[in-house]
Amino acid sequence: MRQREGVQIDLISAERMAELPSMEKVSLILDGVHEGKIVVLEDGLSPDEESRLIERTMSQISPDEFNGIEIETYPRSNAGDAGFLDRLMGRTSTSKLTVVGPANQIETLHKDETVISALVSRN
Amino acid sequence: MGMITELRNSINRTLGRLFADADQKRIGIYGPPNAGKTTLANRIARDWTGDAVGPESQIPHETRKTRRKENVEIERDGKTVDIDIVDTPGVTTKVDYEEFMDHDMEEEDAIRRSREATEGVAEAMHWLREDVDGVLYVLDSTEDPFTQVNTMLVGIIESRDLPVLILANKTDLEASNVKRIGDAFPQHRMLSMSALEGDNMDEVYDAIAETFG
Repeated sequence: MRQREGVQIDLISAERMAELPSMEKVSLILDGVHEGKIVVLEDGLSPDEESRLIERTMSQISPDEFNGIEIETYPRSNAGDAGFLDRLMGRTSTSKLTVVGPANQIETLHKDETVISALVSRN
Repeated sequence: MGMITELRNSINRTLGRLFADADQKRIGIYGPPNAGKTTLANRIARDWTGDAVGPESQIPHETRKTRRKENVEIERDGKTVDIDIVDTPGVTTKVDYEEFMDHDMEEEDAIRRSREATEGVAEAMHWLREDVDGVLYVLDSTEDPFTQVNTMLVGIIESRDLPVLILANKTDLEASNVKRIGDAFPQHRMLSMSALEGDNMDEVYDAIAETFG
């Protein structure tokens, strides 16, 4: 069977995440990453949820199958300038944009003051 | 770990905290892998108790299980600060066993080490949420501190209102850049040190006494 090429990117809105309990948010992210997706959260995670994401990620690491995650967050200022995802989603937000992906597929995940840049390999 | 064992450990920890000396603080040593956390834990333990906490190594994830050294009494200005030192595995979001094989490790050993490392990091995160009263956050001052793991961990520490000292370690190395560490976390008190050489430890002990005493 021909292997499907390409990388799927899921942009998950703040509304979608807000309705989930913490552990379901973590599961949603890790389920996506396990499937090789890049998960972009409009609203990021709370510090407590981030600690649970690290903890759960560690429990799921398996040699030759899953090496863990790459993650970057992009804190937004309260200045009111809407970012690209705000415009895409049609709203404003003061929360942090978060990008999560599988460590074995993300070659580099780099952040500077205005951009998160991901170089992703196709498996 | 089974659910009953985990529950029992949790109850024991809670009871331990309830009946512990109210003045005794449990101070977690956190930071990324190879920052020198165990070297610092050993330095503190040797200086004040004469014992070490655990082995040190250049290979990442040498510390794969949280280790404690209890009843470390640090004396400053005639007062005694009584703390438990908790040395934790370096926190990361990924562990690849093949990286251990670059350190002349056989595949089987590398896989076992990576499994232990992941369990250790998970345990360290659990301790940070549940069981520490303050944090010594150790960074290798020759490395870039602007990493996501550092940002997340300091954010978690801040969200729990834990007192924290940022320690810029490895100042004995030529590439050390202490200012960069201070610039990364300007909201927190930062001290430079070499845990290996014992440089500036008097100031570190003063700060521990002031911050956690």
